[in-house]
Amino acid sequence: MTIPLPPAAGHVGDPGDPGRGPATGAYEDDSKGLSLWKGAWHRLRRNPTAIVGAVIVLVFVVISIIAPLLTPYEPGSAAWSGQVTPTSVPGPSEEHLLGLDRFGSDLYTQLLFGARQSLIYGVVSTAIGLSVGAVMGIVAGGLGGWVDTFVMRLVDIMLSIPSLLLAVSIAALLGQNAYAVMIAIGAAQVPIFARLLRGSMLSQAKSDYVLAATALGIKRRKIVLGHILPNAVGPTIVQATLNLATAIIEVAALSFLGLGEGDPAIAEWGRMLVAAQDRFEAAPQLAILPGAAIAITALGFTLFGEALREALDPRTRR
Amino acid sequence: MLRFVLRRLALLVPVLVGLSVLLFAWVRALPGDPARALLGQRATPEGIARVNEVYGFNEPILVQYFAYVKALLSGDFGRSIRTGQPVLESFVEKFPATLELGLTALLLAVVVGVPLGYYAARHQGRFLDTAIVSGSLLGVVTPVFFLAILLKLVFANWLGWLPTSLRQDVRIDATHITNFYVLDGILTREWDAVWDALVHLVLPSVALATIPLAIIVRITRAAVAEVVNEDYVRTAESKGLSSRVVSRRHILRNALLPVVTTIGLQAGLLLSGAVLTETVFSFNGIGQYLFQAIGQRDYPVLQGFILFIALVYALINLLVDVLYGVIDPRVRVS
Repeated sequence: MTIPLPPAAGHVGDPGDPGRGPATGAYEDDSKGLSLWKGAWHRLRRNPTAIVGAVIVLVFVVISIIAPLLTPYEPGSAAWSGQVTPTSVPGPSEEHLLGLDRFGSDLYTQLLFGARQSLIYGVVSTAIGLSVGAVMGIVAGGLGGWVDTFVMRLVDIMLSIPSLLLAVSIAALLGQNAYAVMIAIGAAQVPIFARLLRGSMLSQAKSDYVLAATALGIKRRKIVLGHILPNAVGPTIVQATLNLATAIIEVAALSFLGLGEGDPAIAEWGRMLVAAQDRFEAAPQLAILPGAAIAITALGFTLFGEALREALDPRTRR
Repeated sequence: MLRFVLRRLALLVPVLVGLSVLLFAWVRALPGDPARALLGQRATPEGIARVNEVYGFNEPILVQYFAYVKALLSGDFGRSIRTGQPVLESFVEKFPATLELGLTALLLAVVVGVPLGYYAARHQGRFLDTAIVSGSLLGVVTPVFFLAILLKLVFANWLGWLPTSLRQDVRIDATHITNFYVLDGILTREWDAVWDALVHLVLPSVALATIPLAIIVRITRAAVAEVVNEDYVRTAESKGLSSRVVSRRHILRNALLPVVTTIGLQAGLLLSGAVLTETVFSFNGIGQYLFQAIGQRDYPVLQGFILFIALVYALINLLVDVLYGVIDPRVRVS
């Protein structure tokens, strides 16, 4: 489970690469004679939106990986709490690039480690949503009948509550810890992926290449796994990229509502934002920086996801 | 139309039944003994015994479920562990505030978003189009609560133009009939109360409107851009209709269909956004009520809240579908 950066896209697409089976030959569109994924890669490289998005995502991922190398301090250390008074929070200085936060930790360090936290939360919760949702969608679309009805009713029930509130109810049930947050945000994404995969299974089940494969006497299971599924990979990756943005925002929202990770030593952007509220006028940077960090990260994933969607399906282009 | 509405309502039944089962299981899935979980830190042996009796946790599970459903059907959504108040009563009391906020935000999003999207589509590739599209992208990715905090900081704390919190200044002794403060003021002709309620609505509704606004701009732009190239638009133009008539009757009317659908989808965003916005501005609606319930782990309130939201959400979507039929005659026929 990695962030679908451009180089990775080619790998994930391999199963759908034409030339592996006769039936997928239909995907050699694009008059240039390129495969779906190679064509997408070409379009992606020339799209400035994609590049901006990819750069933001890359910077975000690199920061979260090498965070400890970028700062001499430990996150959540609160070592300078003596310098924080109810009316003032020390601003930028030589030792502290962005000043302190209201608990007396180094703000810059907190922001860096917040990136790491957001990445872990975002990726794990999206992975949960994707895997559970995909299994549900594939089973429903592939088996049909009462299984389909049952699964889709379940999806309807999940969709009957706005996704953030669904996450709230699950997080409230599981208690204040990192797993609760990841499961809650992941569960809220399940219906999206379930619908997406079921829909694409059903639409492709009617396509000519599946008809051809069926006529050749290829087993149903093999058709689903070898032909239908690889062709659903593209939209799923696009959705997952876009969902990473939503997940990062929703994690912060859960923290904001008091349902986040309980351990105050862990830096998390959403909670930094909440904590900043009572020092608002004295130190607005405490709210503005983590908020901007959330927005920029979400922007990166959104830009890249939409560029990827355009690249994979040029018809949606305007 | 009536048959369509009834069929939609019938489709709602299995969803609500399923949801009631899940919510019923939800309280029982709380770690440990349900009575203890409900009471939390306030648990005493007497308290636990009393909760067990009131909620019937000692009964067989099926008996408990049917008792729960029976209570729901008679309008009993449970009582708050914290205040002892019936949950439904608090909702009905606080929902007008949320509705007032949500409708103001939606109005703002549509009134600003549709013209912006239309303009962008008619001037594709120009500077303003790029600016509008980029702005809408920024609107989508900015967390509601961050924007709310930012607006509060700039316009209330720094500039002092607008109030920081609440729905009305407490010094204004307004009469409240419906709990829609603006409407109340109009009904009682207390114009200063109307003005004050409106002033208090500005920041929360702008914060809440941003995401729907951004989405409406993008959808309108895409829809208009598609419709403009349709044959019937070219026909209308070539037969000499004025551009105002063409844009209103041919372009907008057709382009608005996907926009109406999105408005239905916005209901969910508005409801969850309201929870966050109300929290920032201490706006006394169901959102703030939920926030307090989360803080206190008041599970019956959460349980009732989710069911209530599901009902509201379903009704809004039904309303949108009906509206869709009004705008597009083709939907009515099929």
